[in-house]
Amino acid sequence: MVLGALLAALVNLGGTGKYFHWGFIQISAANLVVIILMVVVFVLAILLPFPKRKGDRQ
Amino acid sequence: MSTDTNIGAEPRGGGGPAHSSSESRQWTARMRHAAESAFPPDQLLPDRQPAYMASWIYVFGVLTVVSLAWVIITGCVLAIMGPTWWHVSSTGHFVNSLHLWSVECFFFFMVIHLWGKFFMAAWRGNRRLTWATGVISFLVSVAAAFTGYVSQTNFDSQWISTQAKDGINSTGAGALWNVLNFGQMLMWHIVLLPIGVALIAGLHVLLVRRHGIVPPFELGDHHAESAAATPVAAEEPA
Repeated sequence: MVLGALLAALVNLGGTGKYFHWGFIQISAANLVVIILMVVVFVLAILLPFPKRKGDRQ
Repeated sequence: MSTDTNIGAEPRGGGGPAHSSSESRQWTARMRHAAESAFPPDQLLPDRQPAYMASWIYVFGVLTVVSLAWVIITGCVLAIMGPTWWHVSSTGHFVNSLHLWSVECFFFFMVIHLWGKFFMAAWRGNRRLTWATGVISFLVSVAAAFTGYVSQTNFDSQWISTQAKDGINSTGAGALWNVLNFGQMLMWHIVLLPIGVALIAGLHVLLVRRHGIVPPFELGDHHAESAAATPVAAEEPA
């Protein structure tokens, strides 16, 4: 319950959705956040070293 | 199954495998031999992988499969209990949210998997069908997710279906595929499209097992020449 309330306090989901406009491009803040997160996770997946177990051959 | 040439023959079971010429012509035998040839057990469920697979970017395919499993499991629970349950009870809300967020994770991981495979040119090495089944399963998944949004039985689904009908009708598909027909959309969502996604994704995984993970790009001639021209400062210890 406490965790749920804390997470809910981060973003107000009760109101009207926020949208961004660049010329003919229109995207909701929620979708933009998801796309940015995907790009960040993609870059991290390429850059971060994968853990190796002892005895693993190269 | 057997022809009359087998009548009176001793039953199999104690004498080990027996393959007669008539048996090998049966479609069951031919299918069995083809399956054994295409998917040897150690290739179907391997316990070792190439060293180049030790990268986080190779994790997103299996994350997508796990998310799909959660989508199907939670969807089965929702189908058993029904709309009143998922709208009213707190447990129903929870399972409904699990279904939604497993779909979100499914697409999140699938898109990163797609980006990774695109930049690896994962269709190389006779893997065109693997790439194609991945693309098709992505497109069928989009349709499955869309029919899910219009099957929620709430104001959100009403809004989405009334907005979508004009777009679908403009393509001409509305004559067969009516997004305002709740029963039709629900049947597509819980029967046809899940079967399609599961079959195509299953074929995709089998093809990955058949052809293996795509290796990284080899160094081109230009890079190889540059590397050869670069003086080596010190030999690595043997």
